[in-house]
Amino acid sequence: MSEVTHIHEHAVGVSHEAHHEGHHHHEHHDSFLSKYVFSQDHKVIAKQFLITGIFWAVIGGFFSVVFRLQIGFPDAKFPWLETLLGEWAKGGQLQPEAYYALVTIHGTVLVFFVLTAGLSGTFSNFLIPLQIGARDMASPFLNMLSYWFFFVAGIVMLSSLFVQTGPFSGGWTAYPPLSALGDASPGSKIGMDMWMISMALFIVSSLLGGLNYIATILNMRTKGMSMTRLPLTIWAFFFTAVLGVLSFPVLLSGVILLIFDRHFGTSFYLSDIFINGQALPNEGGSAILYQHLFWFLGHPEVYIILLPAMGMVSEILSVNSRKPIFGYMAMVGSMFAIAILAFLVWAHHMFVTGLNPFLGAFFVLLTLLIAVPSAIKVFNWLTTLWKGNIRFTPGMLFAIGFVSLFISGGLTGIFLGNSALDIQLHDTYFVIAHFHIVMGVASMFGMLAGIYHWYPKMFGRYLNNSLGYIHFWITMVGAYVIFWPMHYEGLAGMPRRYYKYDIWESFKQFGTLNQIISIAAIIVFLAQFLFIINFFYSIWKGRKVTTKNPWGANTLEWTTPINPGHGNWDGEIPEVHRWAYDYSKDGHEFISQTTPVGDNESKH
Amino acid sequence: MEMVMGNSSRKMHPHKFLLWIAIGSLTMMFAGLTSAYIVKSNQAGWQPVKVPSIFYLSTVVIVASSITIWLAQKAIVAKQMVKYRLLVSVTAVLGVIFLFTQFAGFSEMWQQKITFKESIAGSFFYVIAGLHALHVLGGVIALFVLVLRVFSTRTKFYSSTPVETAGLYWHFVDILWIYLFIFFLLVS
Repeated sequence: MSEVTHIHEHAVGVSHEAHHEGHHHHEHHDSFLSKYVFSQDHKVIAKQFLITGIFWAVIGGFFSVVFRLQIGFPDAKFPWLETLLGEWAKGGQLQPEAYYALVTIHGTVLVFFVLTAGLSGTFSNFLIPLQIGARDMASPFLNMLSYWFFFVAGIVMLSSLFVQTGPFSGGWTAYPPLSALGDASPGSKIGMDMWMISMALFIVSSLLGGLNYIATILNMRTKGMSMTRLPLTIWAFFFTAVLGVLSFPVLLSGVILLIFDRHFGTSFYLSDIFINGQALPNEGGSAILYQHLFWFLGHPEVYIILLPAMGMVSEILSVNSRKPIFGYMAMVGSMFAIAILAFLVWAHHMFVTGLNPFLGAFFVLLTLLIAVPSAIKVFNWLTTLWKGNIRFTPGMLFAIGFVSLFISGGLTGIFLGNSALDIQLHDTYFVIAHFHIVMGVASMFGMLAGIYHWYPKMFGRYLNNSLGYIHFWITMVGAYVIFWPMHYEGLAGMPRRYYKYDIWESFKQFGTLNQIISIAAIIVFLAQFLFIINFFYSIWKGRKVTTKNPWGANTLEWTTPINPGHGNWDGEIPEVHRWAYDYSKDGHEFISQTTPVGDNESKH
Repeated sequence: MEMVMGNSSRKMHPHKFLLWIAIGSLTMMFAGLTSAYIVKSNQAGWQPVKVPSIFYLSTVVIVASSITIWLAQKAIVAKQMVKYRLLVSVTAVLGVIFLFTQFAGFSEMWQQKITFKESIAGSFFYVIAGLHALHVLGGVIALFVLVLRVFSTRTKFYSSTPVETAGLYWHFVDILWIYLFIFFLLVS
């Protein structure tokens, strides 16, 4: 601990000469444990979040492969499944309880562990101090705690897979009564308790992280880094953190009430329930109340997932088009609008729960309003690309892929935002297709774009480009092959979360289609291993980065040494003189933020 | 824990800044719970509960404790350490008294058959007020740590930041209680 305090004293930086010496002195004394495990360096914590996120992505992805096998091939037997999953796949066929458990854990893990912790945990941690010009987070200690709460949350979730009654199986939204009554299903027993403990730990982790990101961005920018000179990545992380800090506590309050219903006999959410013909004493509760509390988090959560991807894509598109981002202030403004609207649209998840239709009309209006800032962003991305001198790096391809997916998925959002259309479309595969494309796959593309783009800064080496291109094309084509046909299934009324569809006359026609989707899902899942192999191989064996600024980018992270130590800059923190997007200006390909504004230039 | 910060002295102390954001976060949690209460109270079968009279005493005690911690902040700025010690201790003791009055109120309600199984309004009351009491408990522990630190340090200790931070939190739980109290009186 004294070591760490030591460097922070330097980081406060009264005398920068003293810091310079102290910094190198410090590095010799780091033990493995304090450098790689209980590290307080934001860059190491970012990598911890990333690698843990990759681990969870593999688990969550594998689960989707298993339940897709069931949907695509409901009558086939896969002996290897029994070898792998034991009781869950008795006789080589996935059991219904296991199917629901896999669907539930797939959702929970991907939404929270991969696309929240893995995405904003990784890149907020990595980029905020580097891009605003700070030595570390406002509180490196809280930052470390944030990771370890996430880690323990993961351990608890992982353990719940191995309990006898199985993990929670009532859907990732954990609606009561399935989540509130242990007798409701096998997964509602100890599995649900572990799910709740895990989520509570996860909420603490995100709150600690969010507090830190906000405090760092508002207080610790280097000299000259005004808010309007911030790269759009930082604005995105800022709004993400604000959303998280304000919405996760509401989920926590919903979970607290759920705990009382489960274990202390209250009836917040329960009323008039029969289990196996027996009436329960609970009366007067309302399951809708839980949905209100859940979706008050749940909808902002969508933007907690999406905004960081939007921010990183803006940056990557601008750098690799060698053009300034189009409409910087419009980008900030539209993110602000999205952040506000995120809190005002939650009930569009509840149009068919018996919500007052008059009230629903307001939520329709507010929901459709989101199309405005979204369209502004899409317009600005396309105009940034327009006539750009585009470099098709793998990171850039994933960023462009993000824009494509965001458009395709966003358009179906306009369908779903209408409460009248929702009568037909709710709880069908149309919804699955919509949110997977616009939030799941799109954010995953944003995350992959970020990894490909900032990998040289993270590890001082490049990822292999050829593998990157193969990875991109299989994933891009595969994503559309998987999710595009689901729109048709959904329009035909095929409900989500069913174990088997071939017993329904109306859905028999989709048998082959479901097989194609499942095969595509398996191929895309396997293709991700190209990336994972690339990722871990390149950490040690990748081509070395030889210049500080390999992409010719303007932002501050590229002014640090190739492998920055704890504290990021060897000497003084550079001063900022301009915004981050002076590309192809006055005959220069790029002008770093640290370059003073010339006499013949106007000020930014 | 040492914080990494810019060296400008005009800026807010990072502990205090983090606390302000955390207060925003906690506010949302209680806003969530009380709006759930409002939603439920408009539905059929809702039977309001009477707020126990001892909670008036709770309110007086916690307001008094807010005043004592405010005076403690003034005392440390004026370097009156004896007065400061006394005032912080009094605040902590008032906090404990507050917790006792809360507990007494809960027991009184429970004896009137307002239990988890019988009353939804009562359940809400226990959960919301209990959650607030937990936050007061956290504040009391922080205050005791402050008191111990004043008594144990050998060197003279004049920094007002810890007591300012603790004070900010304490005023927050105070105002939160006043809000909850008025809320329960009105909505019931």
